[in-house]
Amino acid sequence: MAGSIVHGADGRPYPPGDYPVVVVGSGPGGVQASHCLSGLGIRHALISADPAPGGMFRRFPFFQRLLSWTKPHAPYPHHSREYEWYDLNSLVSDEPGLRAVMPPIMDGTSDFPSRPEMEQAILTFAQRAGVRVRQDCRWESTRREGDRFVLVTSDGEYRCRAAILAVGVAEPWKPPTPGFEAIAHYAETRPAATYAGKRLFIVGKQNSAFELATGLLAWASRIVLASPRPAGFSINMHSLSGIRARYVQPREDANLGNGVFIMDASIERVEQVGSTFRVHTRDSLTGEPLAVEADEVIAATGFQCPLQDLASLGVSVFGQSRLPSMTAHFESATVPGLYFAGTIGQGVPGLRRFGIGPNSGAVHGARYNARLLVRDLATRHLGLEIPRPSIAPAKLVGYLLDEVSSAPELWNQQGFLARAVIRAADGSTRDEGIVPLADWVDRSGPDGVAVAVETDERGAIHPVAYRRSAGRVSGESPLPPHPLHDFRTADHQRLMSEVVSAFAGSP
Amino acid sequence: MTLFSDLGPAQLAEAAHTFSEESYPADQRILRQGFTGSGFYVILEGQVAIRIDGQDRARLGKGDFFGEMSLLLAEPPVADVVALGPLRVLHLADRDLREFLERHPAVMYRMLQTVARRLRNANRWQG
Repeated sequence: MAGSIVHGADGRPYPPGDYPVVVVGSGPGGVQASHCLSGLGIRHALISADPAPGGMFRRFPFFQRLLSWTKPHAPYPHHSREYEWYDLNSLVSDEPGLRAVMPPIMDGTSDFPSRPEMEQAILTFAQRAGVRVRQDCRWESTRREGDRFVLVTSDGEYRCRAAILAVGVAEPWKPPTPGFEAIAHYAETRPAATYAGKRLFIVGKQNSAFELATGLLAWASRIVLASPRPAGFSINMHSLSGIRARYVQPREDANLGNGVFIMDASIERVEQVGSTFRVHTRDSLTGEPLAVEADEVIAATGFQCPLQDLASLGVSVFGQSRLPSMTAHFESATVPGLYFAGTIGQGVPGLRRFGIGPNSGAVHGARYNARLLVRDLATRHLGLEIPRPSIAPAKLVGYLLDEVSSAPELWNQQGFLARAVIRAADGSTRDEGIVPLADWVDRSGPDGVAVAVETDERGAIHPVAYRRSAGRVSGESPLPPHPLHDFRTADHQRLMSEVVSAFAGSP
Repeated sequence: MTLFSDLGPAQLAEAAHTFSEESYPADQRILRQGFTGSGFYVILEGQVAIRIDGQDRARLGKGDFFGEMSLLLAEPPVADVVALGPLRVLHLADRDLREFLERHPAVMYRMLQTVARRLRNANRWQG
């Protein structure tokens, strides 16, 4: 029965067996994917090695506050779709009653939820949405049998036509630098008080490094952050891939010479000297060596994707994080039928116009990606037809301007997701839904237009329309920015009318 | 990789951290003819086709780079660059290329050499 939960003799859901789809992981990616599958009536199993839902938020971030906000007071009501732009942490649903789970859980002391609040929000969403998980069920290996994937787990074998892996980018990684075997990884950071009075050396200058530095400012006697390239800050980069605003304090301290030092240097080796360390560095620009004494050294050098034995099935991976190579719909580029949800989705670059990438590594990006991948899986692998509602041509301009003004998908995944409308074979205008922008731009298809929200080379946020004609998108139609992001002005209506009239007739 | 062959170990490490690694499936466009906001790419693995108005004009492979003309001239690319198979590249955003080249004149010189070679070959072809 579509969408129903199968229980085994032990009362636990989803006993080993044959399912159309198996989802692995009970973090936000897995729970969101499961909810989206149920929304389309697709029977599936959701399994996880963890004892409870929450994924990485059961443990990280160390210093207990998230990077992304949920604003309790916003211009839109909590259970509206538009409010999702003001709530970066709740999972999403088409059912209003399942939206905005996070705000009532927060204690009101900050618009950045605490780690336990986030963990609770994922659990609460799962409970309210009826998402059940077979916990303590570890995915161990994988093989192909005919048209089925076989996932071997600690509980037995699961067969499926398609699998969604939402296992995070959670395996600590350290480079093979001499001496690094003796230093701690970010994941092994101890309670802050244990660093009191210590000289701390942090390898890395990404968010995790600055998170540690921020959390330990009140404890360490000196903090050095070092990595080869200069630190990039989100406020300069117009992208959340940079160091987030909440972690800028160490930079200010470094500017004031107040016990924090930020070096652009490679780390050549770490030498253990009794109970302390000597970190041998080399300046990136001058090549000058410098040895830095430290009581504690922490490698904030990133994580890898725990993809088990998927390489043996032909899944290609890339980069230090060993992310899988994926299509625009988060399917393995080399093994069709294997999809990736959650933070792994950051491996899909999108258009990256002006260097700005998507927010797929965060919940507020990944939650929409999950919808896209489930829809792709459902139509391509399970033969489901998803209805496309028609839109009256006279309403098209207003609809598209409303979308670029307030659609949470377009604002949370700027330059990556778009709203698309097409002229169908019967001559009607149809809503294609939210689509990956790169796929719209590169894939041939019926005439239509997709709209996205983007940041231009000067840092201004504005709408951009991409019109497809005779099977291809030949360029972009940028609409002007507005000081208050009001994209419903007469000027915007006129410009959007010009874009739309070419395929939908004069509105 | 020729472009970076004059860099010392510390500078190489900086370059490695400055570029981001990306992966593209076969047939995926990386540069798009006529679209603004593209980047600079160095091929780590795989091949790309330089495609103008649907016609393949050249191929690039491991160690080659593309995207620099568009960024240096601040104009949209005049060609599509399309992955001919699974492709791994190093990517540098538009805004970061100038700073990177100014920090590493040896890379700029290598890039100039390649651009000059491509111009010479284009002139020969047209002649």
